[in-house]
Amino acid sequence: MPSVIIDKNHCKGCELCVKACPQQILQMSKTIGVKGYFYAELFDSSRCIGCKLCAVTCPDVAIEVVTHGTSFVLYDY
Amino acid sequence: MAKVLMKGNEAIAEAAIKAGAKNYFCYPITPQTEVAEYLAKRMPEVGGVFLQGESELAVANMLFGAAATGKRVFTTSSSPGISLMQEAISYMAGAELPTVIVNIMRGGPGLGGILPAQSDYFQSVKGGGHGDYRLLVLAPSTIQEAVDLMMLSFHLADKYRNPVMMIGDGMIGQMMEPVEFPDKFEEDELPEKDWAITGAKGRKPKVAKSLFLDPHALEDNSWKLHAKYEEMKKHEIRFEKYKMSDKNEIMLVAYGTMARICQTAIDHLESEGISVGLFRPITLFPFPLQQIQDEAVKKNIKKVLVIEMSTAQMMEDVERAILGKKQIDFYGRTGGIVPSPEEVVNKIKGMVAKKAKSKKTAAKKTSKSKKKA
Amino acid sequence: MSIKEKTIFARPDSMTDVVTHYCPGCTHGVIHRLVAEVIDEMGLREQAVGVAPVGCSVLAYNYFNTDFLEAPHGRAPALATGFKRLRPDMTVFTYQGDGDLISIGMSEIMHAANRGEKFTTIFVNNAIYGMTGGQMAPTTLQGQITSTCPAGRDLDKTGHPIRMVELLSGLVTPMYLERVSVHSPRHIIQAKKAVRKAFEYQNANKCFSLVEVLSTCPTNWGQTPEEATDWLEKNMLSYYPLGVKKDSFGEGGDR
Repeated sequence: MPSVIIDKNHCKGCELCVKACPQQILQMSKTIGVKGYFYAELFDSSRCIGCKLCAVTCPDVAIEVVTHGTSFVLYDY
Repeated sequence: MAKVLMKGNEAIAEAAIKAGAKNYFCYPITPQTEVAEYLAKRMPEVGGVFLQGESELAVANMLFGAAATGKRVFTTSSSPGISLMQEAISYMAGAELPTVIVNIMRGGPGLGGILPAQSDYFQSVKGGGHGDYRLLVLAPSTIQEAVDLMMLSFHLADKYRNPVMMIGDGMIGQMMEPVEFPDKFEEDELPEKDWAITGAKGRKPKVAKSLFLDPHALEDNSWKLHAKYEEMKKHEIRFEKYKMSDKNEIMLVAYGTMARICQTAIDHLESEGISVGLFRPITLFPFPLQQIQDEAVKKNIKKVLVIEMSTAQMMEDVERAILGKKQIDFYGRTGGIVPSPEEVVNKIKGMVAKKAKSKKTAAKKTSKSKKKA
Repeated sequence: MSIKEKTIFARPDSMTDVVTHYCPGCTHGVIHRLVAEVIDEMGLREQAVGVAPVGCSVLAYNYFNTDFLEAPHGRAPALATGFKRLRPDMTVFTYQGDGDLISIGMSEIMHAANRGEKFTTIFVNNAIYGMTGGQMAPTTLQGQITSTCPAGRDLDKTGHPIRMVELLSGLVTPMYLERVSVHSPRHIIQAKKAVRKAFEYQNANKCFSLVEVLSTCPTNWGQTPEEATDWLEKNMLSYYPLGVKKDSFGEGGDR
């Protein structure tokens, strides 16, 4: 199952990934990272399709995308 | 190699190549455009890079980029062009990039004129750009010396990782004189250029930069530069004395072409029984302060006369050297006027005669007072 | 038998693991990543040299894992020219903002492009001066409010915003010019193709290449990152149309 790993201390809480996620499974946390920003977090990894749009749009390379087993190329990147 | 008759501008160009500097960026400006014209043909012969930029400002920044590779790079220009280069020169000093810049000076300020002058002394010696930095400044007075100092400039630039400027008035660029080039430019050992930007292969990335937002880092960098300039003061001061002896009544201080004119004047005065000596600084920074003072304070020297093709710029450094221990006079022509030996002779005769007159008037005074008593 | 976990998106090697100083939502970070990804994919990291401008991205060398030069404001194309002429074997790119490239550096970029210097320029157009706190830039739009045109840009006083790739495309020298944007994932994905093409042209020693990247500046536009992407979409795309402006060595090229 694909999933994302969000680095709390790189995220600056810009929320662009939340808007970008087609599955709408990202939200902003209630606690803050080391820089004092509310960081993004995945709240329903079961519905993550590994499309990487969150990571593509993240201006701080705070999101890593992983998967298990096969992964499909949805677009050339 | 045998002597060859060459124009200053072309000799300077060839000297650079002899010193292994095969990367030249330029912009046309009288009175030194022949350097570019010569190198436009010559650089391809030696597999060098020749590029005419869109402005001296751009050219100086190309120099920064080229110098970062660690190769020997240079440019030549003249007064207004050198003004346009000041920003990049300050950056190269801050980033400790070795480069050589030649200024074949013309009359200023502003568009000024195109004839020889020495009115860029302050700009080159006191730093024309912003920040705590200096340039090592060399001033040749003959075409052969321009060749020798041009080659030396590349060595010193690498030795101190600092821009070096060679300044000559228009004559140095336009005159033709026989010159000799060494078969091989012999140099002392130089440290490895481990600072050069060569691509982060097998090492951490490097940055050629002068920005230090943290004031402590910037201060450290500035004091590091300062230490280099102190080293230059210890090891790189160069000057020449001409007919200086304990018979001299007057001591001249002049550099570049002006010094050669003074030598002619000195020879002429000598034939008239007036002994005058010349102190010629070759490095304008580091300036031979102590050496000038040592000569000026000698008892036989009645007065020091500074002669420049400007309205008195090196004069301030000579005053700093002598600290009021001896009276200093100035004679200068500027705007492109090159003083003739006769002018210098007449100026000195005027100074000597005044003294003689003052001796006579003193004598008269004493005789008058005697009469009164 | 547990299925091995595979990483399908991660920080490129050519990018350092440093938290950037850019404001939250500022798309400089995206553009940095695109350039770093392309450098990785083409295996150019160890021979790449970036030239940083003066502006928000003056500290770009802290975020790239490549050698860098730091240029005086507007002069990056001249530094890149000097370096590339001596080291044509290396991959040289300048990374510049609109104030740096169009305002003070107009002469340098025009002549470097016209000489056909074989380096790549990544030109970030966010219609404002970012680092100095939001002043009017040559690309500031009509009526757009900045700290030096507080009543909105008045074209009668300041002239019109400059369309740089169109301006450059008027030069006869063969080159590759494209304008892209990074205000949405789709645009980012397409933008990367242009960045890749630019570096390919350099790598094949073909021509000068420049990619203009429309970018957001939430802080100085006075908007949230999300609002800024919408503002860009509504206001900048019409004035700064995306697409290839000149591709001398492409299929329909003018070569």
